[in-house]
Amino acid sequence: MSELINTLSLYLKYPFVRYALIVGVLVALCSSLFGVTLVLKRFSFIGDGLSHVAFGAMAIAAIFNLTNDMPLVLAITVISAILLLRTGQNTKIKGDAAIAMISVGALAIGYLLMNIFSTSSNLSGDVCTTLFGSTSILTLTKTEVWLCIILSIIVVAIFIIFYNKIFSVTFDENFAKATGTRANLYNLLIAVVIAVIIVLAMNLVGSLLISALVIFPALSAMRIFKSFKSVTVCSAIVSVFCSLLGILISILASTPVGSTIVAVDIVVFLIFAFIGTIAGRMS
Amino acid sequence: MTQLKCENLSLGYDGKEILSDLNFNVNAGDYLCIVGENGSGKTTLMKTILGLQPPVSGKISACGGLKQNEIGYLPQQTLVQRDFPASVWEIVLSGCQGRCGLRPFYSRDDKELAKNNIEKLGLTPLMKRCYRELSGGQQQRVLLARALCATKRMLLLDEPVSGLDPKVTQEMYSLISDLNKKDKLTIIMISHDIEAALSYATHILHIGKSVFFGTKEAYLESDASAVFSKGGLKDVGIN
Ligand SMILES: Nc1ncnc2c1ncn2[C@@H]1O[C@H](COP(=O)(O)OP(=O)(O)OP(=O)(O)O)[C@@H](O)[C@H]1O
Ligand SMILES: [Mg+2]
Repeated sequence: MSELINTLSLYLKYPFVRYALIVGVLVALCSSLFGVTLVLKRFSFIGDGLSHVAFGAMAIAAIFNLTNDMPLVLAITVISAILLLRTGQNTKIKGDAAIAMISVGALAIGYLLMNIFSTSSNLSGDVCTTLFGSTSILTLTKTEVWLCIILSIIVVAIFIIFYNKIFSVTFDENFAKATGTRANLYNLLIAVVIAVIIVLAMNLVGSLLISALVIFPALSAMRIFKSFKSVTVCSAIVSVFCSLLGILISILASTPVGSTIVAVDIVVFLIFAFIGTIAGRMS
Repeated sequence: MTQLKCENLSLGYDGKEILSDLNFNVNAGDYLCIVGENGSGKTTLMKTILGLQPPVSGKISACGGLKQNEIGYLPQQTLVQRDFPASVWEIVLSGCQGRCGLRPFYSRDDKELAKNNIEKLGLTPLMKRCYRELSGGQQQRVLLARALCATKRMLLLDEPVSGLDPKVTQEMYSLISDLNKKDKLTIIMISHDIEAALSYATHILHIGKSVFFGTKEAYLESDASAVFSKGGLKDVGIN
């Protein structure tokens, strides 16, 4: 045990480990806050589609040899979020099919482009990293950490300021619209923020695993808690806890960060589901 | 004072009309009942009035300074997902959202209003409970409390008593009647319960193959009523 603590405190001396922890906590917090809305609004498929779009955008950034690809990826993902939301609301086009098309298409094109244009010697390693997150946590620069901190503050602030409106629009969009709340505007806001969260989370867990990061804490919290506020608070706590634990385990056991975090999320979900069932039986 | 005016209104989905050429006015303090068979377009009319759906042609205008955020609405079915975690308190309070405008948080007045409406509908013991664990009738009352938070002037109700037991149905009707008489709320209600419609409403809009709009008294004289009630109305004991 003391050996573990020794190793940990040794690692914590390195700035890159601290960066990873900071970013991990922030990303986990942001994604869990909007995860509840995403799950409840049946928007989770949008999250999935967007993460693949973000992968395609990263491939494009790689072609142009951009050293800082975040702004480009962010812009493309936000625009896609707006477009996806539009098609989702349009009952004539099958929303699900459109999203599946875009997301799989982006994945394929992204990989193709990387294959053709990449100058990297370790192509499959690069692809694996963008899909599943880095195998280690060495990849964050100081700029990225700062960008992440600023964006996280904005995301959390938006969530707090629009909390009541997000609730209204999530719970009953028609009622909100009928009684004078500008539901479309808030839907748009939610979609844009989700796009930002996805781009943030890509660094940590890679584009294939983002949905897990967003959805699992919310689903866990919903097993036990029954009001919107308690579910939101609980999923934020669960998400931050799982993320921290996952990062620490991945350092000690040298496992890939993203999948370790998701594995912890799954374990917690199972525990919560178990508790929920027991509590349901007893009441 | 006219609050709502519909002129040559045609409604439908995707440009396909299901009802055409409706003309009617609603005055402040009216109690309008919309009756008609299943599928005749009552819910569609209500959604069009609420602006959830564009009219195919024609015009709906709000008069007398009636604003969108002064309307309360009780939907026929709420597409609330089975597993939505929300307490009764959170839902009723969300009715105040329209009053908030750009203000991010609920004021003390909003909370007071929500509390009063919860009390009015006898929901106080259920305040902390989870919405999805309530019975259908209790859920209906929660949604009515929410609708009351949203309005001081006009309340639209889509089959408010469906699924309620006879006692609660009666309570619901007298409550709505009170809201109309005491709180001076304009009521627009869709109902299949023609007896209740005729004992409480001041005006009737009958839609379907034949369209009728007018006062309750005129409706009784008209042919439209005969179809719907098979002539048994004279026994209902109006007023
Ligand atoms: N979203 C929709 N898209 C296309 N057609 C619709 C839609 N909703 C309803 N309709 C059609 O419009 C017609 C009117 O429906 P509406 O729900 O307004 O009837 P209603 O009078 O409220 O019936 P009920 O008494 O059963 O509530 C029906 O024929 C229905 O099939
Ligand atoms: Mg209907």
